[in-house]
Amino acid sequence: MPEGLAATHEHASHPALRHHLENMEQQREAGTLGMWVFLVTEIMFFGGMFLAYTLFRYEYPAAFVSASNHLDIKLGALTTGVLIVSSFTMAMAVYSTQIGRQKATIICLILTMILGATFLGVKAIEYHDKYNDQLIPGQLIPWRPFNPEVAKPGDTDPHKLHLIEGATTQNVQLFYWIYFAMTGMHALHMIIGLGIMTVILIMAWRGKFSPEYHAPVEISGLYWHFVDIIWIFLFPLLYLLGRHLEHGG
Amino acid sequence: MSEHIVQPRIYIMIFLALMLGTGLTVLAAFYDFPGPLNAVVALTIACLKATLVVLYFMHVRYSGRLIWLVIIAAIFWLAIMFAITFSDYWTRNWLPIS
Repeated sequence: MPEGLAATHEHASHPALRHHLENMEQQREAGTLGMWVFLVTEIMFFGGMFLAYTLFRYEYPAAFVSASNHLDIKLGALTTGVLIVSSFTMAMAVYSTQIGRQKATIICLILTMILGATFLGVKAIEYHDKYNDQLIPGQLIPWRPFNPEVAKPGDTDPHKLHLIEGATTQNVQLFYWIYFAMTGMHALHMIIGLGIMTVILIMAWRGKFSPEYHAPVEISGLYWHFVDIIWIFLFPLLYLLGRHLEHGG
Repeated sequence: MSEHIVQPRIYIMIFLALMLGTGLTVLAAFYDFPGPLNAVVALTIACLKATLVVLYFMHVRYSGRLIWLVIIAAIFWLAIMFAITFSDYWTRNWLPIS
Protein backbone atom coordinates (compact mmCIF):
# COMPACT_ATOMS: atom_id res chain seq x y z
CA MET A 1 0.00 0.00 0.00
CA PRO A 2 1.42 3.45 -0.89
CA GLU A 3 2.35 5.42 2.16
CA GLY A 4 0.02 8.31 1.40
CA LEU A 5 -3.06 6.07 1.22
CA ALA A 6 -2.23 4.41 4.51
CA ALA A 7 -1.86 7.80 6.11
CA THR A 8 -5.29 9.06 4.93
CA HIS A 9 -6.92 5.84 6.07
CA GLU A 10 -5.38 6.18 9.52
CA HIS A 11 -6.46 9.77 9.71
CA ALA A 12 -10.11 9.02 8.85
CA SER A 13 -10.72 6.15 11.25
CA HIS A 14 -12.19 6.44 14.72
CA PRO A 15 -10.21 4.68 17.49
CA ALA A 16 -13.17 2.38 18.13
CA LEU A 17 -13.41 1.26 14.47
CA ARG A 18 -12.43 -2.40 13.97
CA HIS A 19 -10.04 -2.93 11.11
CA HIS A 20 -12.34 -5.31 9.20
CA LEU A 21 -15.09 -2.70 8.84
CA GLU A 22 -15.18 0.23 6.43
CA ASN A 23 -16.48 2.99 8.67
CA MET A 24 -18.36 3.69 11.90
CA GLU A 25 -21.74 3.64 10.18
CA GLN A 26 -21.16 0.17 8.76
CA GLN A 27 -19.83 -1.02 12.12
CA ARG A 28 -22.92 0.25 13.93
CA GLU A 29 -25.28 -1.40 11.44
CA ALA A 30 -23.39 -4.70 11.59
CA GLY A 31 -23.61 -4.66 15.38
CA THR A 32 -27.32 -3.87 15.34
CA LEU A 33 -27.98 -6.68 12.88
CA GLY A 34 -25.98 -9.08 15.05
CA MET A 35 -28.02 -8.14 18.11
CA TRP A 36 -31.27 -8.68 16.21
CA VAL A 37 -30.16 -12.12 15.05
CA PHE A 38 -29.41 -12.96 18.70
CA LEU A 39 -32.85 -11.63 19.70
CA VAL A 40 -34.44 -13.97 17.13
CA THR A 41 -32.90 -16.92 18.97
CA GLU A 42 -34.30 -15.42 22.19
CA ILE A 43 -37.76 -15.09 20.62
CA MET A 44 -37.67 -18.78 19.69
CA PHE A 45 -36.38 -19.69 23.18
CA PHE A 46 -39.16 -17.83 25.00
CA GLY A 47 -41.55 -18.86 22.21
CA GLY A 48 -41.16 -22.49 23.26
CA MET A 49 -42.28 -21.59 26.79
CA PHE A 50 -45.19 -19.52 25.49
CA LEU A 51 -46.19 -22.55 23.42
CA ALA A 52 -46.08 -24.79 26.51
CA TYR A 53 -48.20 -22.25 28.38
CA THR A 54 -50.78 -22.10 25.57
CA LEU A 55 -51.03 -25.89 25.28
CA PHE A 56 -51.51 -26.52 28.98
CA ARG A 57 -53.93 -23.63 29.33
CA TYR A 58 -55.93 -25.18 26.50
CA GLU A 59 -55.85 -28.59 28.23
CA TYR A 60 -56.52 -27.44 31.83
CA PRO A 61 -58.37 -24.08 31.71
CA ALA A 62 -59.95 -24.44 35.18
CA ALA A 63 -56.66 -25.17 36.94
CA PHE A 64 -54.95 -22.28 35.13
CA VAL A 65 -57.67 -19.87 36.24
CA SER A 66 -57.46 -21.06 39.84
CA ALA A 67 -53.68 -20.75 39.89
CA SER A 68 -53.64 -17.42 38.04
CA ASN A 69 -56.09 -15.94 40.53
CA HIS A 70 -53.61 -16.55 43.32
CA LEU A 71 -51.17 -14.08 41.72
CA ASP A 72 -51.35 -10.46 42.85
CA ILE A 73 -52.56 -8.24 39.99
CA LYS A 74 -51.43 -5.08 41.80
CA LEU A 75 -47.84 -6.27 42.04
CA GLY A 76 -48.00 -7.52 38.43
CA ALA A 77 -49.24 -4.14 37.18
CA LEU A 78 -46.63 -2.35 39.29
CA THR A 79 -43.76 -4.36 37.81
CA THR A 80 -45.14 -3.81 34.30
CA GLY A 81 -45.20 -0.05 34.88
CA VAL A 82 -41.68 -0.10 36.35
CA LEU A 83 -40.35 -1.95 33.30
CA ILE A 84 -42.03 0.43 30.86
CA VAL A 85 -40.51 3.43 32.66
CA SER A 86 -37.11 1.68 32.54
CA SER A 87 -37.51 1.16 28.78
CA PHE A 88 -38.25 4.87 28.45
CA THR A 89 -35.16 5.88 30.44
CA MET A 90 -33.13 3.42 28.34
CA ALA A 91 -34.40 5.04 25.14
CA MET A 92 -33.46 8.44 26.61
CA ALA A 93 -29.97 7.11 27.45
CA VAL A 94 -29.52 6.20 23.77
CA TYR A 95 -30.79 9.63 22.73
CA SER A 96 -28.41 11.34 25.16
CA THR A 97 -25.38 9.56 23.70
CA GLN A 98 -26.54 10.30 20.16
CA ILE A 99 -26.45 14.04 20.89
CA GLY A 100 -23.27 13.68 22.98
CA ARG A 101 -24.53 14.52 26.47
CA GLN A 102 -22.42 12.37 28.76
CA LYS A 103 -23.98 13.47 32.05
CA ALA A 104 -27.55 12.85 30.85
CA THR A 105 -26.48 9.44 29.53
CA ILE A 106 -25.08 8.46 32.92
CA ILE A 107 -28.20 9.67 34.77
CA CYS A 108 -30.51 7.77 32.38
CA LEU A 109 -28.44 4.59 32.69
CA ILE A 110 -28.47 4.78 36.50
CA LEU A 111 -32.26 5.33 36.49
CA THR A 112 -32.69 2.35 34.16
CA MET A 113 -30.66 0.18 36.52
CA ILE A 114 -32.56 1.36 39.61
CA LEU A 115 -35.86 0.54 37.90
CA GLY A 116 -34.55 -2.85 36.79
CA ALA A 117 -33.47 -3.60 40.36
CA THR A 118 -36.90 -2.45 41.62
CA PHE A 119 -38.54 -4.93 39.26
CA LEU A 120 -36.36 -7.74 40.65
CA GLY A 121 -37.14 -6.64 44.21
CA VAL A 122 -40.90 -6.84 43.66
CA LYS A 123 -40.42 -10.18 41.92
CA ALA A 124 -38.53 -11.41 44.99
CA ILE A 125 -41.46 -10.36 47.22
CA GLU A 126 -43.85 -12.28 44.96
CA TYR A 127 -41.63 -15.36 44.99
CA HIS A 128 -41.44 -15.17 48.76
CA ASP A 129 -45.26 -15.06 48.96
CA LYS A 130 -45.40 -18.21 46.86
CA TYR A 131 -42.78 -19.78 49.14
CA ASN A 132 -44.91 -18.98 52.20
CA ASP A 133 -48.03 -20.40 50.57
CA GLN A 134 -46.13 -23.56 49.55
CA LEU A 135 -46.78 -22.98 45.86
CA ILE A 136 -43.22 -23.49 44.61
CA PRO A 137 -43.66 -26.59 42.42
CA GLY A 138 -42.26 -30.03 43.04
CA GLN A 139 -39.23 -30.31 45.31
CA LEU A 140 -37.53 -27.17 43.96
CA ILE A 141 -37.24 -26.08 47.59
CA PRO A 142 -36.41 -29.41 49.26
CA TRP A 143 -37.64 -28.36 52.72
CA ARG A 144 -40.80 -26.72 51.38
CA PRO A 145 -42.32 -28.88 48.61
CA PHE A 146 -45.47 -27.98 46.68
CA ASN A 147 -48.32 -28.38 49.16
CA PRO A 148 -50.79 -25.46 49.08
CA GLU A 149 -53.67 -25.30 51.51
CA VAL A 150 -56.92 -25.65 49.56
CA ALA A 151 -59.67 -23.24 50.64
CA LYS A 152 -63.06 -24.64 51.55
CA PRO A 153 -66.19 -23.05 49.99
CA GLY A 154 -66.82 -19.67 51.63
CA ASP A 155 -63.25 -19.28 52.84
CA THR A 156 -61.76 -16.09 51.35
CA ASP A 157 -58.21 -16.32 52.74
CA PRO A 158 -56.05 -15.13 49.78
CA HIS A 159 -53.14 -17.30 50.93
CA LYS A 160 -55.13 -20.46 50.34
CA LEU A 161 -55.68 -22.01 46.94
CA HIS A 162 -59.20 -21.44 45.63
CA LEU A 163 -59.99 -24.22 43.20
CA ILE A 164 -62.85 -23.68 40.76
CA GLU A 165 -64.84 -26.58 39.37
CA GLY A 166 -62.73 -28.96 37.32
CA ALA A 167 -59.41 -27.77 38.75
CA THR A 168 -57.04 -30.10 40.56
CA THR A 169 -54.10 -29.22 42.78
CA GLN A 170 -51.90 -31.31 40.50
CA ASN A 171 -52.72 -29.19 37.45
CA VAL A 172 -52.31 -26.00 39.48
CA GLN A 173 -48.79 -27.24 40.10
CA LEU A 174 -48.32 -27.43 36.32
CA PHE A 175 -49.24 -23.74 36.06
CA TYR A 176 -46.66 -22.94 38.71
CA TRP A 177 -43.94 -24.91 36.89
CA ILE A 178 -44.64 -22.73 33.84
CA TYR A 179 -44.95 -19.57 35.95
CA PHE A 180 -41.59 -20.11 37.64
CA ALA A 181 -39.86 -21.22 34.42
CA MET A 182 -41.05 -18.18 32.49
CA THR A 183 -40.72 -15.49 35.17
CA GLY A 184 -37.48 -17.10 36.35
CA MET A 185 -35.92 -17.00 32.88
CA HIS A 186 -37.20 -13.45 32.50
CA ALA A 187 -35.67 -12.46 35.84
CA LEU A 188 -32.37 -14.09 34.79
CA HIS A 189 -32.44 -11.94 31.65
CA MET A 190 -33.04 -8.88 33.84
CA ILE A 191 -30.02 -9.79 35.99
CA ILE A 192 -27.87 -10.22 32.86
CA GLY A 193 -29.28 -6.89 31.61
CA LEU A 194 -28.19 -5.20 34.85
CA GLY A 195 -24.70 -6.66 34.33
CA ILE A 196 -24.57 -5.29 30.77
CA MET A 197 -25.81 -1.89 31.99
CA THR A 198 -23.05 -1.82 34.63
CA VAL A 199 -20.43 -2.24 31.87
CA ILE A 200 -22.12 0.41 29.69
CA LEU A 201 -22.32 2.77 32.67
CA ILE A 202 -18.59 2.41 33.36
CA MET A 203 -17.83 3.01 29.67
CA ALA A 204 -20.05 6.10 29.67
CA TRP A 205 -18.38 7.30 32.87
CA ARG A 206 -14.97 7.03 31.22
CA GLY A 207 -16.22 9.08 28.29
CA LYS A 208 -15.97 6.28 25.71
CA PHE A 209 -19.11 7.31 23.85
CA SER A 210 -19.74 10.13 21.43
CA PRO A 211 -22.25 10.90 18.64
CA GLU A 212 -19.89 8.99 16.29
CA TYR A 213 -19.53 6.00 18.59
CA HIS A 214 -22.54 4.97 20.66
CA ALA A 215 -23.35 1.54 19.25
CA PRO A 216 -22.79 -0.30 22.58
CA VAL A 217 -25.45 1.83 24.29
CA GLU A 218 -27.90 1.30 21.46
CA ILE A 219 -27.30 -2.45 21.17
CA SER A 220 -27.60 -3.00 24.93
CA GLY A 221 -30.79 -0.95 24.73
CA LEU A 222 -32.19 -3.40 22.17
CA TYR A 223 -31.63 -6.23 24.65
CA TRP A 224 -33.24 -4.24 27.47
CA HIS A 225 -36.33 -3.43 25.38
CA PHE A 226 -36.61 -7.06 24.30
CA VAL A 227 -36.74 -8.22 27.93
CA ASP A 228 -39.44 -5.58 28.48
CA ILE A 229 -41.47 -6.99 25.56
CA ILE A 230 -41.36 -10.49 27.05
CA TRP A 231 -42.89 -9.07 30.24
CA ILE A 232 -45.54 -7.18 28.23
CA PHE A 233 -46.79 -10.64 27.16
CA LEU A 234 -46.19 -12.44 30.46
CA PHE A 235 -48.23 -9.95 32.50
CA PRO A 236 -51.63 -10.48 30.82
CA LEU A 237 -51.07 -14.20 30.20
CA LEU A 238 -50.05 -15.10 33.75
CA TYR A 239 -51.82 -12.48 35.89
CA LEU A 240 -54.86 -11.21 34.02
CA LEU A 241 -56.46 -13.85 31.84
CA GLY A 242 -57.37 -15.97 34.86
CA ARG A 243 -59.70 -13.28 36.14
CA HIS A 244 -62.45 -14.11 33.64
CA LEU A 245 -63.20 -17.81 33.75
CA GLU A 246 -63.56 -17.54 37.51
CA HIS A 247 -67.18 -16.59 37.00
CA GLY A 248 -67.63 -18.80 34.00
CA GLY A 249 -66.94 -16.17 31.31
CA MET B 1 -27.80 4.83 5.47
CA SER B 2 -27.29 7.58 7.99
CA GLU B 3 -28.66 7.28 11.47
CA HIS B 4 -32.03 8.72 12.39
CA ILE B 5 -32.17 10.30 15.85
CA VAL B 6 -35.58 9.78 17.43
CA GLN B 7 -36.64 12.90 19.31
CA PRO B 8 -37.60 12.75 23.03
CA ARG B 9 -41.09 14.03 22.15
CA ILE B 10 -41.76 10.75 20.30
CA TYR B 11 -40.30 8.68 23.16
CA ILE B 12 -42.60 10.44 25.63
CA MET B 13 -45.64 9.82 23.43
CA ILE B 14 -44.78 6.13 23.06
CA PHE B 15 -44.16 5.88 26.81
CA LEU B 16 -47.59 7.39 27.56
CA ALA B 17 -49.23 5.06 25.02
CA LEU B 18 -47.57 2.05 26.71
CA MET B 19 -48.78 3.17 30.15
CA LEU B 20 -52.28 3.67 28.74
CA GLY B 21 -52.15 0.19 27.21
CA THR B 22 -51.14 -1.29 30.57
CA GLY B 23 -54.04 0.50 32.28
CA LEU B 24 -56.48 -0.66 29.61
CA THR B 25 -55.40 -4.29 29.80
CA VAL B 26 -55.82 -4.27 33.62
CA LEU B 27 -59.27 -2.64 33.25
CA ALA B 28 -60.25 -5.18 30.59
CA ALA B 29 -59.33 -7.98 32.99
CA PHE B 30 -62.12 -6.89 35.34
CA TYR B 31 -64.66 -6.70 32.56
CA ASP B 32 -66.04 -9.84 30.94
CA PHE B 33 -66.21 -9.97 27.19
CA PRO B 34 -68.25 -12.78 25.64
CA GLY B 35 -66.55 -16.08 24.82
CA PRO B 36 -62.90 -16.11 23.81
CA LEU B 37 -62.81 -12.31 23.38
CA ASN B 38 -61.09 -11.82 26.77
CA ALA B 39 -57.93 -13.49 25.52
CA VAL B 40 -58.21 -11.71 22.17
CA VAL B 41 -58.48 -8.29 23.85
CA ALA B 42 -55.56 -8.95 26.24
CA LEU B 43 -53.31 -10.29 23.47
CA THR B 44 -54.24 -7.52 21.03
CA ILE B 45 -53.24 -4.89 23.58
CA ALA B 46 -50.01 -6.79 24.35
CA CYS B 47 -49.18 -7.06 20.62
CA LEU B 48 -49.85 -3.35 20.09
CA LYS B 49 -47.60 -2.45 23.03
CA ALA B 50 -44.85 -4.76 21.77
CA THR B 51 -45.13 -3.25 18.28
CA LEU B 52 -44.72 0.27 19.67
CA VAL B 53 -41.62 -0.80 21.62
CA VAL B 54 -40.10 -2.49 18.57
CA LEU B 55 -40.86 0.31 16.12
CA TYR B 56 -39.88 3.30 18.25
CA PHE B 57 -37.81 2.33 21.31
CA MET B 58 -35.88 -0.21 19.23
CA HIS B 59 -35.74 2.15 16.22
CA VAL B 60 -36.94 -0.49 13.75
CA ARG B 61 -39.17 2.04 12.01
CA TYR B 62 -36.00 3.88 11.01
CA SER B 63 -33.88 0.78 10.33
CA GLY B 64 -32.90 -0.82 7.06
CA ARG B 65 -34.71 -3.63 5.29
CA LEU B 66 -32.27 -6.24 6.58
CA ILE B 67 -33.49 -5.67 10.17
CA TRP B 68 -37.11 -5.90 9.00
CA LEU B 69 -36.33 -9.17 7.24
CA VAL B 70 -34.78 -10.64 10.40
CA ILE B 71 -37.81 -9.69 12.52
CA ILE B 72 -40.35 -10.95 9.98
CA ALA B 73 -38.40 -14.22 9.76
CA ALA B 74 -38.60 -14.54 13.57
CA ILE B 75 -42.37 -14.00 13.63
CA PHE B 76 -42.80 -16.41 10.71
CA TRP B 77 -40.83 -19.19 12.40
CA LEU B 78 -42.66 -18.61 15.67
CA ALA B 79 -45.94 -18.94 13.78
CA ILE B 80 -44.75 -22.23 12.23
CA MET B 81 -43.93 -23.60 15.69
CA PHE B 82 -47.39 -22.71 17.04
CA ALA B 83 -49.35 -23.70 13.91
CA ILE B 84 -47.83 -27.15 13.51
CA THR B 85 -48.08 -27.99 17.21
CA PHE B 86 -51.71 -26.91 17.35
CA SER B 87 -52.60 -28.70 14.14
CA ASP B 88 -51.85 -31.80 16.22
CA TYR B 89 -53.62 -30.85 19.47
CA TRP B 90 -56.78 -29.46 17.88
CA THR B 91 -57.33 -32.45 15.62
CA ARG B 92 -56.50 -35.23 18.09
CA ASN B 93 -60.11 -36.14 18.88
CA TRP B 94 -61.53 -35.61 15.41
CA LEU B 95 -61.40 -39.31 14.68
CA PRO B 96 -62.61 -41.98 17.10
CA ILE B 97 -59.82 -44.14 18.46
CA SER B 98 -60.56 -47.67 17.35
